[in-house]
Amino acid sequence: MISARELQAQICDGGVSAEAVCQQALSAIAQADGLGAFLYVATESALAQARAIDQKRKAGEPLGPLAGVPVGVKDLLTTRDAPTSCGSRMLTRDNRLETAWRAPYDAAVVERLRASDAVIIGKTNLDEFAMGSSSENSAFFPVRNPWDPSRAPGGSSGGSAVSVAAALCPLALGTDTGGSIRQPAAFCGVVGLKPSYGRVSRYGLVAFASSLDVIGPFARDVRDAARLFDSIAGHDPRDSTSSELAYEPTEAALGDAANEQSYAALKGLRVGIPEEYFQAGLDTEVEQSVREAVRRLAAAGAVLSKVSLPHTSYGVATYYLLATAEASSNLARFDGVRFGLRRESPSADLIAQYAETRGGGFGREVKRRIMLGTYALSTGYYDAYYKKAQQVRALILADFDAAFQEVDVLLTPTTPSPAFRLGEKLKDPLTMYLADVYTLPASLAGLPAISLPCGFTKATDAQPALPIGVQLIGPAFSERRLLGAASWLEHLVADQVSLSCPGASALSTNLKATPEQAPHQHSPQVSGLGVG
Amino acid sequence: MEHVARLARLALDEAEVEALRGDLEQILDYVAKLSELDTESVAPLTHLHVAAAPLRPDLEQPGLSQAQALAEAPRQSHGGFAVPRFVEQA
Repeated sequence: MISARELQAQICDGGVSAEAVCQQALSAIAQADGLGAFLYVATESALAQARAIDQKRKAGEPLGPLAGVPVGVKDLLTTRDAPTSCGSRMLTRDNRLETAWRAPYDAAVVERLRASDAVIIGKTNLDEFAMGSSSENSAFFPVRNPWDPSRAPGGSSGGSAVSVAAALCPLALGTDTGGSIRQPAAFCGVVGLKPSYGRVSRYGLVAFASSLDVIGPFARDVRDAARLFDSIAGHDPRDSTSSELAYEPTEAALGDAANEQSYAALKGLRVGIPEEYFQAGLDTEVEQSVREAVRRLAAAGAVLSKVSLPHTSYGVATYYLLATAEASSNLARFDGVRFGLRRESPSADLIAQYAETRGGGFGREVKRRIMLGTYALSTGYYDAYYKKAQQVRALILADFDAAFQEVDVLLTPTTPSPAFRLGEKLKDPLTMYLADVYTLPASLAGLPAISLPCGFTKATDAQPALPIGVQLIGPAFSERRLLGAASWLEHLVADQVSLSCPGASALSTNLKATPEQAPHQHSPQVSGLGVG
Repeated sequence: MEHVARLARLALDEAEVEALRGDLEQILDYVAKLSELDTESVAPLTHLHVAAAPLRPDLEQPGLSQAQALAEAPRQSHGGFAVPRFVEQA
């Protein structure tokens, strides 16, 4: 399976045209329609972008680090030339996806993708307004896990995770508020990075929880994730929570699997294993796979130690008070006045119109969280709920600060179990919320965290193998070292993750078409390019 | 529930109210576990990594044009967003 960086290199030296690559991605997406990964496929604009890149190359102009690479963008990020639905009817005119909102500006990360010459192939499906852990809360249709389509891909960035896992495009952007990049990455067997809070501009990200939301990359390997991350990270004055700390590019600092010596600097890396992440409730196969990763790190020269993050078990409660409170405020803007759905009220009164519009436009999970958040902030309850949660958040951050006095990175399972079945956790909300136990704390602390594949569950006659993810967490703004450690670990467990995704297309290694040889041919049926 | 729905500007039918009541009771029951922790001397964490909101010079910056701002409005009137009456006639 070709990497984004190899694709970019081939496009830059004329080995294959960006247009041919774009056509193939569009074809793969059409074939994989049943997975529900995309809400919008940007056929015309993507082809136009690809052709423009081919023109630039012919004119001898320099090309960016993502030149010609198709990238999926979670439909929570604004794009000028594509609709933005947030997975909700609230941003349609008449409940139809076809009438979703057209933003008047590109999100900062979208601007940076364009500046890197990426081809924005489409908007990926998600849980409505990023609220969910399965992508079943999309108002339009659910997303399916390509490893087993009866199972969820995770959420809320399910569409982005699947687009990469099924090889529809090599890269995608997602967002992570409580685990919405890492958990689907683990369920889908891909790499997903949640950067430090404030490392990537949120300008143009439709806000869910303003103190927690982070945008980050999905890719098939750590090096590709690093390249995409380098393209989007850095200060933006339009986002007042954007960090002014100088940005250090990460891709160049990674080790190289072809050269063992390149990992030498990582020997002696102090890795902490928090005991609270290995207690009751952790699936046996997940634990075995993660512990094997730990063994291999130790054998390769890392220094392992047990640590404690004593407030881990309070993470779910803390998060579901803070995030819902912030969401109740952020979603107040959806009122049928300036954009999106409007349902007129028979009483012709403004407040009633707000209520009718919002009652009709928001899905069940969104309403649930708005109600909970409103309650937690209301007079008489603010101290007991919202303020209390902010205090516990401080304790959770202090746990990490203490641990990072002793270790460089923390290693944990990403999720307590592999991908669950569609419908399995919809009975009551708490079951779904509790599954986020390992991802929430790093979100509350604003720390960078990455999930990478470390193994699979055993395949049986009844059940295909399912991916298992391991999570690494680092101190704030330590992405360079974190990605270095992830790259090393990826190399050490490579033999454990060599299964091919059954639902994947063949965005193939054998791209042979050249524009010089066949300038009029734009079809994907060229030697080596196949689909499925 | 009615009070919270009014604060949240959400019109809910009876069935929804009952279902949400059950959900919220379950969740509030669970989050009560935070009261196990003594946070008497703990300052609430309000901002991560950023000490203060950055300021910029008070100079006019380009923004959306009127046409851009109105482009997606469900109802327009006299170059503005049309809404039902909400001010009492004097």
